Amino acid sequence: MYLSYSIILILIIIGFSYVAAGLLGCRVLLGIIVPYAAGTIFVVGFVYRVILWARSPVPFHIPAVCGQQISLPWIKSDKIESPHTSWGVVSRMVLEVLLFRSLFRNDRVDINKPERLIYGGNRWLWLGAMIFHWSLLVILLRHLRFFIEPAPGCIEVLQSIDGFFQWPLPALYVTNIFIFLALLYLFGRRLFNPQVRHLSLLSDYFALLLIGSIASTGILMRHFYKVDLMQIKRFSLGILSFDPVTPEGIGTIFYVHLFLVSVLFAYFPFSKLMHMGGVLLSPTRNLMNNSRMKRHINPWDYPVKVHTYEEYEDEFRAAMKEVGLPIEKE
Amino acid sequence: MAEEKLKKPEEMFDVSLTPEAGDWMEPAVSFRKGTYCYGAPLKHQRYLDLPNQREWQPGDADWKLPPDWKETILEGMERLIKRHRSFRLFLDICVRCGACADKCHFFIGSGDPKNMPVLRAELLRSVYRRYFTPEGRIFGRYAGARDLTEDVLKEWFYYFFQCTECRRCSVYCPYGIDTCEITMMARELLNLVGCNIQWVIEPASNCFRTGNHLGVPPHAFQETLGFALDELKDLTGIAIEAPINRKGAEVLFVAPSADYFASPHWYTFLGYLMLFHEIGLDYTWSTYASEGGNFGLFHSMELAKRLNAKIYAEAKRLKVKWVLGGECGHMWRTLHQYMDTFNGPADFLEEPVSPLTGTRFENARSTKMVHITEFTADLLYHNKLKLDKSRNDQWKITFHDSCNPARAMGLFEEPRYVIRQTCNHFYEMPENTIREKTFCCGSGAGLGADENMEIRLRGGLPRANAVKYVKEKHGVNMLACICAIDKAALPPLLEYWVPGVGVCGVHELLGNALVMKGGQERTTNLRGEPLTPPDEATDVR
Repeated sequence: MYLSYSIILILIIIGFSYVAAGLLGCRVLLGIIVPYAAGTIFVVGFVYRVILWARSPVPFHIPAVCGQQISLPWIKSDKIESPHTSWGVVSRMVLEVLLFRSLFRNDRVDINKPERLIYGGNRWLWLGAMIFHWSLLVILLRHLRFFIEPAPGCIEVLQSIDGFFQWPLPALYVTNIFIFLALLYLFGRRLFNPQVRHLSLLSDYFALLLIGSIASTGILMRHFYKVDLMQIKRFSLGILSFDPVTPEGIGTIFYVHLFLVSVLFAYFPFSKLMHMGGVLLSPTRNLMNNSRMKRHINPWDYPVKVHTYEEYEDEFRAAMKEVGLPIEKE
Repeated sequence: MAEEKLKKPEEMFDVSLTPEAGDWMEPAVSFRKGTYCYGAPLKHQRYLDLPNQREWQPGDADWKLPPDWKETILEGMERLIKRHRSFRLFLDICVRCGACADKCHFFIGSGDPKNMPVLRAELLRSVYRRYFTPEGRIFGRYAGARDLTEDVLKEWFYYFFQCTECRRCSVYCPYGIDTCEITMMARELLNLVGCNIQWVIEPASNCFRTGNHLGVPPHAFQETLGFALDELKDLTGIAIEAPINRKGAEVLFVAPSADYFASPHWYTFLGYLMLFHEIGLDYTWSTYASEGGNFGLFHSMELAKRLNAKIYAEAKRLKVKWVLGGECGHMWRTLHQYMDTFNGPADFLEEPVSPLTGTRFENARSTKMVHITEFTADLLYHNKLKLDKSRNDQWKITFHDSCNPARAMGLFEEPRYVIRQTCNHFYEMPENTIREKTFCCGSGAGLGADENMEIRLRGGLPRANAVKYVKEKHGVNMLACICAIDKAALPPLLEYWVPGVGVCGVHELLGNALVMKGGQERTTNLRGEPLTPPDEATDVR
């Protein structure tokens, strides 16, 4: 049900932008108003959500420790998975954010009858996620050449590495293939892994389809419709300099691509895609395992009702005295 | 044992991890006997001043909730969101990748899809979306949001008291989403309308009043300690002393109360007493702080703090220098990650230093509380103890990392060092099931009752299965651990799934191996079982 709804939703979005840009000619709406609105929602929403998290207190010191603690000098501690220095925490976060360390641990359990559980390695999800996210990053960086004049050298280099195969013309980017394969894997996993299918929500399919549609329209533009890149560059520079112009002579496909990107930007702050900002703030990962070395303060701590020793002795004094246990008051 | 007859192990093992088609968003819970715990008795609700006091049972159709229960829960939720970043963040950023799904022992053992950590959290997350996020308010179930209804509340109760807060899933989560936090929050919310279980509330109430979960009053504590000393006199020929409530001692020793009451904990208790005597430790027990465990942690942060306060209060009253803690799991989660925040700063204590080796426990310099395996490993490393390993030769031992010392502390090598120094035969379980990946016994976080035995056995299946592996491969017949709940939960669990493997504490092994000054020749181990003659116990490896 969620799957079909999300497909319908995507079709509506594509259809709307196709009709609006191609048939009705609402180029100012799709080329200027919507992108600005989406950009504003993205920036404000993203910053708001991150600030909300960052300002929420972390009352208790709750790292999930995944390595030997530091204790006795002759026991080798794990400085990254059980960090006790800032460097350790930074390393742990870097591994987490750049290499998805925790996902790399993933295994799968199989029930092998009679009566045996087998744990096998299961790094496909890790591989799919790595390829997807890194390709996405490279693709985003490649797009910078539309926004910066002249395009920075490092972006040119990245682009030439990505288009390494020089075939066909224009060169097919490796990341375009990778992101497609990764998206196919991630989507297929949602469909065919019974556990994942059971827990997937509309937004899970929607996010994948949306990014997939953006990638598809982008590839169509590059290899099939061959849009005028100079026009696009003029358009994006105009957007950035707050002096927007609607590009002329670019096919409807560009508007569809742009509208899909706008939807993604506007949707982003309200969705699970915010995991990008959230992972850095996760208290089970970004705290040192030093809670017995350094006191962690709870900012909203309040006094609680305790059962004092005096109350305790009052109840048991006679019995304690009888068996000769020391007491405070006779 | 549960009221319904338990299935045979091979029937119980017949689990499918493939969820049936169907929509999890429809709340559906049947309180089938063997899968849930009884409600808290009125007497103990009263003693702890808990909200909505009444006699009730989860199986009842009418839970006697207060008329404004829904507002109470939603207000509580808002408060928790403001107070805990973990709560808001973990509810917001899950991408439902499913990496956690088959990491939960309850899911593996039961196949119930709502025991996949991600879905357990979605039970709460769906309500959060409905009332606290714009997308959930507007799009309802299409945004994964659900109304808070009585059925949803019942579902919360069922599944959040079917999570042992072991944190294994959080190890695998790419964002470190910790189901333990989610469960703690859900339980806080359930408490606001008076829904908690007997096995949590009764020990907590006892602990508040008598200082320990079992409700042992001071004179009975002294008597129990006396029994142990008599037993040790017979065994070793040495008259051991164990001071109680003594002011001015250097060290206050706090253990989980099961150690001086239950079996096989008792032998660990004997091990402590022998060790402290042998090294001449200047220490004291306390009757007021006669519990290191903290069942308040399974209720609410507030109750956890109320119970935990006794340890520092008693350390201050007795004017000790530092505190030493026994073998216990969630006790060490509380001591390591919460105590200093709850009830510190412990500026009236001194940085712990071992009186025998001079080792400064710098890792405990603020909290001033040292784990007994840290203390003992240090003694062994400095050759302060004389040992006869062969006294443990009748056992082939494996070590079960208890969830909390593992994933809250990273206490992996210390207990293993003690085991290797005191035993000849030690074998590790498969690496996916130990250290930070260790499997829970299935009875933690207050779920060690009898009435939920079926779900305990199911939850304990992955642990037991790993034990079975080393039993078949190496002939392992003894599982050592450092948690009082493990010591209570694992014997029936292993008896069911892997008959022939016993359970012991690490300090029981130490007590067996310890050669005491002036002691008589030992003919039995601490359990009174005859020691294998040395020539039959040669290492065959």
